[in-house]
Amino acid sequence: MGARKESDVTSSGGRTQVERKSDCELVISRTFDAPARIVFEAWTKPELMKRWWVPKSLGMELLSCEQDVRVGGTYRLVFQHGASGTMAFHGKYLEVVPPSRLVWTNEESADSSITTLTFEEKGGKTLLVMSERYPSKEAFEAGAGAADGLSESFDQLDELLVTLDQER
Amino acid sequence: MVQYQHARFDASFAALADATRRGVLEQLGRADASITELADKFHMTLTGMKKHVGVLEQAGLVVTRKVGRVRTCKLGLRRLEEEAAWIEKHRQLWDARFDELDKVVEELKRKEKVDGRKKRK
Repeated sequence: MGARKESDVTSSGGRTQVERKSDCELVISRTFDAPARIVFEAWTKPELMKRWWVPKSLGMELLSCEQDVRVGGTYRLVFQHGASGTMAFHGKYLEVVPPSRLVWTNEESADSSITTLTFEEKGGKTLLVMSERYPSKEAFEAGAGAADGLSESFDQLDELLVTLDQER
Repeated sequence: MVQYQHARFDASFAALADATRRGVLEQLGRADASITELADKFHMTLTGMKKHVGVLEQAGLVVTRKVGRVRTCKLGLRRLEEEAAWIEKHRQLWDARFDELDKVVEELKRKEKVDGRKKRK
């Protein structure tokens, strides 16, 4: 994987940076203007997660969000799926180290990813680094689009981006 | 569609994982070249260079055309651009999501300040 370093593909417009680190890993990072304990809180309290995980402009609705944030505890996010159905994203927490580290599994499919979040506080600001690591590149191909609740199709994402562009 | 695109991105990544192939792309960025010229440039056998060009061609990074006995190679950058576009879409989604998170974080910060003042009183 190290050999690929020079060919890493990165996108860093705006304040969020996304980088495909390897065949199996996508890394997303952003700095928040708050201490780590606050950013950590926003990731670990369902009533807070619900407010930001699905941006309004996405046109999807987060119906429920349950999080039992402790090692071995589970989480479950249920979205409105099309007009009739729902879809759920679920898994369990592997590591919980407030306010600096969270690791969880994504168990929607057999070959799912492990999400690792680190919160690094410096001078009152927090650098959040989120890594999505898949067991194989095949799994990455199959899952990278789906992992964040956007499994429908990239068309939907395109619509969102058009909306966002118009808002600018 | 998404599957298909990912498979193609993967071919691009694999093709780019080799220093010689990156060198070939760089070279072709300056000027089109025949496989013989590339083999000379990179001190390689014709067969070796054909293999590298084959990998780049499969990934859509290079296109080749045979005129007479000479196969000329040139850049085919489309897929790299697609790959960059895919990453950019992810970035925009997370940017939108994190903008919302920013608002939540700001509110928590304000609340903490107010609570702190109350506690001191």
